[in-house]
Parts: sequence; C-alpha cells; structure tokens
Amino acid sequence: MTVEGDDSMTTTESRPLDAPALEVDNYLTYTRGIRSWILTLDHKRIGVMYLISVLACFLLGGIFALLVRTQLVVPDGLIMSQDEYNQAFTIHGGVMVFLVIIPGIPAALGNFILPIMLGAKDVAFPRLNLFSYWLWVLGAIFLVSAIFGGLDTGWTFYTPYSIDQNSAMGGVIPAVTGAFLLGFASIFTGMNFIVTIHRLRPDGMTWFRMPLFLWSLYATAVIQVLATPVLGITLALLAVERAFGIGIFNPALGGDPVLYQHFFWFYSHPAVYIMVLPAMGVVSELIAVHSHRHIFGYAYIAWSSVAIAIFSFLVWGHHMFTSGQSPLMSVIFSFITFSVAIPSGIKVFNWLATMYKGAISWNTSMFYGMGFIVLFIIGGLTGLYLGVISVDVHLHDTYFIVAHFHYTMMGSSLIGFIGGLHHWWPKITGKMFNENAGRIAFMLFFVGYNMTFFTQFMLGSHGMPRRYATYPADAGFQTYHIISTIGSYIMAIGFFTMAGYFIASLFVGRKAAANPWGGRSLEWQCTSPPPHDNFSEQPAVGDCYDFSVLRWDDETNGYVWREDVAHPGHESEHTASS
Amino acid sequence: MSQLHVHPDGSEDHGHPEHLGHHWNDSVQQFEAGKLGMWLFLATEVLLFGGLFCAYAVWRANHPEIFKYGSQFLSTTWGAINTGVLLTSSLTMAMAVTYAARGRMTAVVVCLLLTLMGAAGFMAIKYVEYSHKFHEGFYPGMSFYEEPHASELWLPLEETAAVVKAATLAGEEAGSVALAAEMKTRAELPTEPAEAQGWNKPAAGIGPAGLTTDQQNIDMAEMSVFLPPSVLGNLEDLDAELAYAEHHAADEPVVLPHPLQDPDRPVNAQKFFTIYFLMTGLHGIHVIGGAVVITWLLILTLRRRFGAKYYTPIDLGGLYWHIVDVIWIFLFPLFYLI
Repeated sequence: MTVEGDDSMTTTESRPLDAPALEVDNYLTYTRGIRSWILTLDHKRIGVMYLISVLACFLLGGIFALLVRTQLVVPDGLIMSQDEYNQAFTIHGGVMVFLVIIPGIPAALGNFILPIMLGAKDVAFPRLNLFSYWLWVLGAIFLVSAIFGGLDTGWTFYTPYSIDQNSAMGGVIPAVTGAFLLGFASIFTGMNFIVTIHRLRPDGMTWFRMPLFLWSLYATAVIQVLATPVLGITLALLAVERAFGIGIFNPALGGDPVLYQHFFWFYSHPAVYIMVLPAMGVVSELIAVHSHRHIFGYAYIAWSSVAIAIFSFLVWGHHMFTSGQSPLMSVIFSFITFSVAIPSGIKVFNWLATMYKGAISWNTSMFYGMGFIVLFIIGGLTGLYLGVISVDVHLHDTYFIVAHFHYTMMGSSLIGFIGGLHHWWPKITGKMFNENAGRIAFMLFFVGYNMTFFTQFMLGSHGMPRRYATYPADAGFQTYHIISTIGSYIMAIGFFTMAGYFIASLFVGRKAAANPWGGRSLEWQCTSPPPHDNFSEQPAVGDCYDFSVLRWDDETNGYVWREDVAHPGHESEHTASS
Repeated sequence: MSQLHVHPDGSEDHGHPEHLGHHWNDSVQQFEAGKLGMWLFLATEVLLFGGLFCAYAVWRANHPEIFKYGSQFLSTTWGAINTGVLLTSSLTMAMAVTYAARGRMTAVVVCLLLTLMGAAGFMAIKYVEYSHKFHEGFYPGMSFYEEPHASELWLPLEETAAVVKAATLAGEEAGSVALAAEMKTRAELPTEPAEAQGWNKPAAGIGPAGLTTDQQNIDMAEMSVFLPPSVLGNLEDLDAELAYAEHHAADEPVVLPHPLQDPDRPVNAQKFFTIYFLMTGLHGIHVIGGAVVITWLLILTLRRRFGAKYYTPIDLGGLYWHIVDVIWIFLFPLFYLI
C-alpha cells in the first residue's frame, strides 16, 4: 500500500515506540469541548462514552442486586414486599443483561480497541457508530424509566403475565421499547464490526493473522446481526399485544403464550454467547500476553468462536424443557446443548496449554484471566448438568439456574470485561493504576463472588425457587442465604475499591508506556493514549503472539522492540547491526 | 492513503474527494464496504419478518381452515394491483440507480419521484383496504369473538353418567344436596349439541329477520339461497345451484355472510386477521420508512450531492426498497391467493 508522502506534514509524523506519551495529539486532547464529544466520529471517544455509560448502569444494576440479596437474609424477607421484590429482581436483570453485559465488551472495549488492533483508522461506518451510541442512550432511558412504571415481570417478560393489563403492574411497554432500541444499537454495532473486519484489514493482516479478540468480536457481531432482530419482533409483538390485544400470545384470543417463549429464547440464547464470546477473546489476549507465551492452538480457538456462534442458534429450547414442548424437541435440544460445550472446552484447554511453561506476570489483568478460567469451568459444567432433561426438570426455576447463569454471565463475561478494562486501561487513559490495589480488589471480588454464588448451587439443589421474596424458615436455606448476602457485600467493596483506584489513576497515576504489558498486537504499537487517527503510517503486521522480539525497558516502564531483532517499518530507529 | 494536513491555523486540507472517508483507501473500498453493510442490514430485516412468517407457518399448519376461511374476505384485486404498483416502483428505483451510475441526474430525479409515487399509491390502496376491513368489523384480535355464555355450555350425557357413578363408588352421599342441585342443573341443560351451539350463532339467526328455533337447522339448500354452492364447498349439488340461481341474478356479486352471522365459521377465525394486520402493518411501516429514505435521497440529488463518481446512497437505498418489495411478493400469495 502506498503512502502519499508529503514533506509538509505537521502533526502526523511517526513517533518512536518508546517515546513517552505526549500531552498533545492524542485522541483525548485532539479537540476539546462538549460538542466535540457528543458529535464525535472517533471510535475511541465513542468507546469511552460507552464505557462510562455501561459502568454507570453496572452501578445501578448492582444496587438492585444488593437490595435483592439483603431481602433474603431472613425467611420472611427483610426490606421488601413480594411486589417490590419482583420489581427489584426485574430491574436488576434487565439493567444487567441489556445495559451492561450485552453491550459491555463489544461496545465499550471493542469500539475502542478493534480498529487499532486491526490496523485501521476507524470502524467502517463512524456515523452509524455514533448513531448507535445515542440510540443506546435513548434505549437506556426507556428501560430505566420502567423502574417508575413498576415493572415486575422479570427481565424475560413472560406471557401471559406481561400482556395482562390487570396483573402486571406496568412499565412493560417502556421497558420493551427500551430493549428494542438497545437491540438496534447492538445490531448496528455488529454490522459495523463485520464490515470493518472484512474490508479494513491492512495489507498483511490476513484472517489468520488477526488477534483472537478480533475473531471473537467477529463471531459476536454475526450473532448480533442475525439474532437481535428476532428479539426486536418479539418485543414489538409483546407491546402490540399488551396495548391492542391483538391476540398473538393471549390464549383467550387464540394465541399461544409458549410461542412467546420460543421467540424470546431464539434471541436470548444466542445473546448469552454475545455476552461470553468477547470475554473469551479478551481472555485469549490476557493469557497470552501475561504469560509471555504464544497462544496455543490459535486456529482452534479462532474456529471455536465461529462454531459457538453457529451452534448457539440451535439450542434455545433448553430454556423450555418444562414449558410443555414435545419430548422429541426436548431431546434434540438437549443433545445439541451438549455439543455446544465442546468448542468452549477446546478454548479452556488451549488457554491452559498457553500458560504451561510460560513466564507468568502476576498482574491484575492476569488474575482476572485466570479467574475467568476457573469460574467459566464451573459455569459451563453446570450448564451441562442443566442440559440433561431429567436433571433440569428439577432444577429449573431454582437457585441452581441463578448460580449457573451468574457463573457464566458474571463470573465469565463480567470478569472478561473487567480484565480487559485493566489490560487496556493504560492504552485508553495513558495512566497506570496501582497494581497492589488491583490485586486486593480482585481478591475481594473473587472471594465475595464465590461466597455469593457457590452457595446458590446448594440452595437450588435443595429446592429454593428463584424469584421468591420469602422462604420457609425450616427449610435450611437461611444459612446459605446469609453467606450469599455477605459475599455480595464483599464483592461490592471490591468493586468500590476498583472504582477508587481507577479514578485515582486518572489524577495521580504513572504515565503509561506505549506497551506496558509486552503485547504484540497493533494497539501496543501506538502511544498510550493513541493519537487521533491511530496510525500515521500503516503499521507492519507480524505474528501478534510472538513475544520474543520484545524486551523490558526500565526507562519507559514498558516493553520495547529488541535492538537485535529486525523491526519492519521502523528501520530508522535501530542503529545497532543485527 | 489520504493524508490529513492540519495547517497551523487549524484548517484542514483534504487531498481527496469529499465523499471519501478518512479511514478508507479509495472510493471502491468505501463503496464495497457500504454494500456489505447494507446487505447485512437486509439480513436483519429478513429475520425481523422471519418470526412472523414462522408464526404464520405454524398456525397455518395447525389450523388450515382458519386461513382458507379468512382469505375469502380479502380483495384479491386490490392485492394484485398493489403488487403491480410495488414491482413497478422497484423498477423505477433500479432505473434511478442505473441512471445515477451513468451520471444522468435529471433522470434520477424523475425515477425517484416515480418510486415515491408508487410508495404513495401502495399506501393509499392499503388505506382503502384497511378502512374497508375496519368498517366491516374485521379488527385484529378481538374481532368477531364472543364470550360463550355459561348457560350455553353443555356436557355430554356420558360424562354426566360417569360423574354420578364415580361419586357413588367413592362413597359420596348420593343424596347430598349439592350433588342433587348439580344434577338438576345438568338435567336442565340441552343434551343435543346441535341445539345448544347457540353461542356460535347470534340469537337473531341468519339474515335480518331472524329465524325461529325450527329454522336453526340450516341445511345446504337453504344456505345456498345466500351463497353459491361452490363457495360453500359443495361443487356437486345441482339442486343447490338451482336454488341459488333462483334468488340471485347471474352477475350479482357473491356476498359472504359476516363471520358473526356465519354458523360455519371456524373456531378462532379471528387469528387470520391478527396475523394479516400484523404482517401487512409491519410491511406498511417499512414502506413508509423506505419512502422517507427515498425522499431524503431525492433532496440530496437535487442538491447535486451525487454523480457518476459517487452514488452509493442511491444504490444502498435501492437495495432496501427491493427487499421491501420482496417481502410483499411473499405476503401477497400467502394471504390473498391461498
């Protein structure tokens, strides 16, 4: 690819990798003023706006989680009536699923990192990206407004409860409108990522030279584009049914409430892979970089992402084993559910093999990466138990399910998000956070997390149903509930600690080098924070998991290219002969 | 690769065409990426309608009589005209794209206008159809549904006998007051289904004058006074044909009995209109959306934004319009023809 040379270039000269981040000419300082952020077309700024929004929603959803947990410390319920409890878990679930976990990694981290990691200057459709963000904000406003409507249907909006104006308390139509808009934000993000990866790869960046995070974002984008419209039509039908009594889900009018479940889960099962695939991609990066060892089985991990995306569309019925669907359907879905675990297992073994004989840096990011592996194994295996029909009919709608999906959605997806946040924090902000604080926060989180959710496996298998505000005092549940609630408070302390050191890093954090962790993918070859247009010259693409060419440099507190190794595209920087 | 030169006074100097984004290498790359993006969006539209097509398929497979019955009430003529209108508008849209590629922007304006007229015509015909349906009482959902009255429900004699026998065998006191009262109520209920199916018939019976109880046993010969036998599904009965011909002129249009007055209306017949209004309504919303997009393209063309070198939005808008057309091509036979 030719570069139009021009000697009159002013701000776009290439800078040596090991130069410290400048105060001028990064994406944060390129233009100033609120309008330059609201109407920005820069994917990095859009990613930062998503990040702030998602974290704010995480705080909201977390508060409702603490309310839910606090309620259950005593059998008669501590602080809420059944109606209020229904609203609390509904808001917790809706906010967390639609506003935090689904958009989290793709929109917040992916928007920032994908183009830079790919070697592009921006995503394919920057204006669509901006539109997608503001659509998301509008959807978030609608969804959160459902709090005031008294939404109490659960985040799944099951019929016939949600369409009965006399029973469901309200807030259904604002909530599904919000989710509809959020769905389209998700679709547009997915479209953008697919076209970017197809069309904006630089010379030398073939499909199998891409970092695995990009493979996972690609597979996620395919699911987003194909599955989310079905959610769109489902929620539109729900709203029309509730408002106009159109008769599609209402049995009194000839409709079928189980049809709603089929429509809903046709999206929502692939959706959980929208949640977890990007996290798996992040973990591939974390494990490889922080073990300083080439990822093991690159092609297998890449293909497994695609396989998960395809299989995810074929298993929705495993959410409906007790809905009255035919036994033949249930058996088929159960069988395919077993097979969807295979690609995930392939990834786990490849990560373990990557760590083996690696030089592991015990960074906070690496803790989150390893934590992912532990918690995903638990979450994934319990998913297999639930895929067995004879087990599921007993465990369905108990706390076992709650524990399973929290291990996969929080213990896997959220950990991936937080780990990625730590990993790319220096790149995004140009500041280093305090590692000791990070490790302490991780320990608080990990201990608190397992206290909260491991006990819930016990609760569920002993029969505690989900979505119940009270429970019998003589059932032996209270001890587990108390441990679970204390665990949730410990987790909250961990998260507040995290917020504390992240915010502190913005003010007093050490300036970050271009490559503090020793990564080889292209985002580590621009300054921290990156300049406005990412790369002034097309970066040279090599093997993004070959870390042998890097060495630690004390001066810049980061990794630099070894002088005795040829650095394509930067020959002028090296004076030593090889 | 194009370079952005920022001069010291902050002004920017683009060394490339205005329509080319900074992150693209050349126009061809940008155009092809735009096409890929639009095809992805069309895939999402197919999946959006796919749920409804799926529901149609399942309901029709389980209740074909509802769809056979309901489709009689749609006007095939208007539907066919609409199909022609939309196909023509797709043609004019494709012509607009081709003229744009050749740089003949006046022709583009004309073709976009014709496409808009097609969209308007389609919506106008839809308005006529819908208003006619509402006038006749065909609403989605609650149309021609009557809550069965408790006194109109009946129980078969065998079940009554079984209940009594079970109660006796269980050692219940056969002479208990409650059971006696229940048996008395049941004894008073009609025992013959034919007489008791009044909930599916209006009390006034068929026709404005209403029929007496004797006349409620309608047979084909009497029904054929109102309907030609072929509509009733009776193709062989020449007597019925003669009976119809006696009372109706040869060129008189067939008037179907209103479902509320039709004793042979299938159960849950309103589902046909539920799915009809849902699918054609969603399609109509997309036609309006497409018309908005084409209007915007028209405005931009009039502002000389496009030319032979750059007409990507017209091309992408054309793709969207074609899929709106394709969806109607599926809807028309599924509702109007079969």
